[in-house]
Amino acid sequence: MSAPIKTPAAETLPRPAGLAGLASDWASDQRAFKHVSWGKAMMWIFLLSDTFIFGCFLLAYMSARMATTVPWPNPSEVFALEIAGAHVPLILIAIMTFVLISSSGTMAMAVNCGYRRDRRKTAILMLITALFGATFVGMQAFEWSKLIAEGVRPWGNPWGAAQFGSSFFMITGFHGTHVTFGVIFLLIIARKVWRGDFDTERRGFFTSRKGRYEIVEITGLYWHFVDLVWVFIFAFFYLW
Amino acid sequence: MAHAEAHAAQHVAHAQQQQHPIKLYLLVWGLLFVLSTFSYLVDYFGLQGYLRWSLILIFMMLKAGLIVAVFMHMAWERLALIYAILLPPLLVLVFVALMVSESNYILFTRLAFFGTGS
Repeated sequence: MSAPIKTPAAETLPRPAGLAGLASDWASDQRAFKHVSWGKAMMWIFLLSDTFIFGCFLLAYMSARMATTVPWPNPSEVFALEIAGAHVPLILIAIMTFVLISSSGTMAMAVNCGYRRDRRKTAILMLITALFGATFVGMQAFEWSKLIAEGVRPWGNPWGAAQFGSSFFMITGFHGTHVTFGVIFLLIIARKVWRGDFDTERRGFFTSRKGRYEIVEITGLYWHFVDLVWVFIFAFFYLW
Repeated sequence: MAHAEAHAAQHVAHAQQQQHPIKLYLLVWGLLFVLSTFSYLVDYFGLQGYLRWSLILIFMMLKAGLIVAVFMHMAWERLALIYAILLPPLLVLVFVALMVSESNYILFTRLAFFGTGS
């Protein structure tokens, strides 16, 4: 076999930093995202499209709320709970926020352990993340049942503007679906990590390709995005 | 051949180094807890008006920035990826401006033609 032909490929040349580097990456007639695997790049592009979906939902909510002549129900009162006789505003939503942030923290730890090839710790941390996610969905189910019992419907509610119900069910419903899919995604990858697929280079049953620990980081990207969307929903829907 | 393998190994190693100290993650985790508590307290103390809205937006942007920069490792990615992902969502702000103007017009027509409370 002949020796490989040496070509002055992009990786061997030092790349310029800053804006000049940005311009040369995009103008180089090669792959634009150097040092980023296709899996990670595609997850980012998917998340970008998801950003537009949630952006449009929040925009629709903003338009409905600005255009209505009827007062908007006060979320602080709507989502208040009676705990031990005390009236605490918005407490359930605050707890849900903390649960989701904690799940993001354990996910970041899992990514770190994954790159250190610590199979056991990675899998356990991913399972804890999934558990937090499932807790979040459970609390959301409780919140939905409570509001439905109080008479909130997509076409009306006892406290004010009818659009409150449709916005609420649309936005939190879509977010809850994302969390649910995230939990399933986490469980699938955690099982692969636990079984040692990325150490033994076992081929995936669907793609027949060898996986790498990078999939833990890609799963993490999706999971952190779900947390990120909640930050915006919390601010605009519950606090505004 | 050995050269090519070494080169490939170097490339792979370079491609997936997102290894950062655990301490940094714990710090960000703590900060997110504190910021969430602050935004909850905005509601708990019943702040109103521009003070409420600006505080909500500040805490929201700080939390979003921490999650994207550290948890999602955006701070360590190349500019080519950062700009490709973070610039397009800014265009949503144009859409927001359009819809604010449109919503004000709808509110105006509702008040003008249907009176209040409908």
